[in-house]
Amino acid sequence: MQIHLSTTNGIPIYLQIVNQVKYLVSSGRLAEGEELPPIRALAEQLLINPNTVARAYRELETAGVVLKRRTAGTYVSAAGSPLGRRERLRVLGERIDALLAEASQMNINTDELIDLLRQREQAMASSNTRD
Amino acid sequence: MVAPHSMLRESAEDYASAAPPAVEICDVSRRFGSKLALDRVSLTVPTGSVLGLVGENGAGKTTLIRHVLGLLRAQSGSVSVLGLDPVKEPVRVLSRLGYLSEEPDLPGWMRVHELLRYVAAFYPTWDEQYAQQLRHDFGLDPMTKIKHLSKGQRARAGLIAALAYRPDLLVLDEPSSGLDPIVRRDILGAIIRTIAEEGRTVLFSSHLLTEVERVSDRIAMIKNGRVLFCDTLDRIQGAHARVTLRFELPHQKPPQLSGALAWEGRDREWTAVCEKPLGELRPAIDAMGASIVEESRLNLDEIFVARAGHSQHAEVTSR
Repeated sequence: MQIHLSTTNGIPIYLQIVNQVKYLVSSGRLAEGEELPPIRALAEQLLINPNTVARAYRELETAGVVLKRRTAGTYVSAAGSPLGRRERLRVLGERIDALLAEASQMNINTDELIDLLRQREQAMASSNTRD
Repeated sequence: MVAPHSMLRESAEDYASAAPPAVEICDVSRRFGSKLALDRVSLTVPTGSVLGLVGENGAGKTTLIRHVLGLLRAQSGSVSVLGLDPVKEPVRVLSRLGYLSEEPDLPGWMRVHELLRYVAAFYPTWDEQYAQQLRHDFGLDPMTKIKHLSKGQRARAGLIAALAYRPDLLVLDEPSSGLDPIVRRDILGAIIRTIAEEGRTVLFSSHLLTEVERVSDRIAMIKNGRVLFCDTLDRIQGAHARVTLRFELPHQKPPQLSGALAWEGRDREWTAVCEKPLGELRPAIDAMGASIVEESRLNLDEIFVARAGHSQHAEVTSR
């Protein structure tokens, strides 16, 4: 499980883990039933306080993304998938916000942006058929 | 070895009620000549938590740590470490306390294996297997003399000497200053392994705020011998805000806003770093006839710079 932390954006570390695990689950890179790294292992990998990892796992459990089994381990839950679409849309929403902000700064309005999206989609489609 | 989840405490606060604090500093003041190095400092480190101590050079961090180590007697107030007075009972305190400073004071003429044997003799709880494992992980040759070690390797040797008796309290004073990222990783990893073992407590000071942010349960900032704040990062961030205001008319000077630490901007648009949550700032901002065009959360670095730089009056920089 690859988690990338940033300490420059002011987003709490536990929240960055929560968001990225949700993203990994909704994008299918973490499958149902797959085990998340033990708290201590992830803490040592990311060099963060184990309490922070524990907190992230608790949030994920509350959100129904993972299940904690009594004896050992935290696993991606079956309920992870129904959340999938909403989560995918949320992730996409963030990218769109950034794109809109950049476009408005460059004086490109939303209609032009939509045209541009279509153009890029066509370009991608044609380059894929060429491969 | 992996600790089951149940071994990890829910949070520092949860743990605080269970055991007496590992370090309790009450109202300690310290004067060096005419300089007031510590000014009525009170600070508690709950057992099993990590407290990160930040502040500029000369803010009083090292003086505070020297009180914890029992090297300085509190001129007023009291210091309790692991339930004991470190000045009155240095042996009992120091046998359960691991300490590493920026420049570990190690005898240069000793070889690595001699150093470890020498230190081991002082600590009944010395874990030789753990010491050898760390020495191996750190790639330290037992036959090398301490004076021939690089700065990074010397820090690693100091770290083994501070960790191998599995102290209840680990005190690190700027442990990673001037070290390369790989040694810093080793030191951070050691802190994390220490706290993953139940009940162990860490007090560390550092200039590297991203490291403090990563490993601390709570962060205390010291300035001019006083504690400015001591709380979880979450709450520290929640108590600060950056707002960009837009005014009807251009302002030549930064606006007056209670809680603003620093202003940046010109004309109609001004950005303030504030030591108040946005909710508390809003009425005053409304009263100024300004509108909030942007707001954001600050990271620890930004909070540190704003709080450290703030003197009597808000500083001004123009864009």
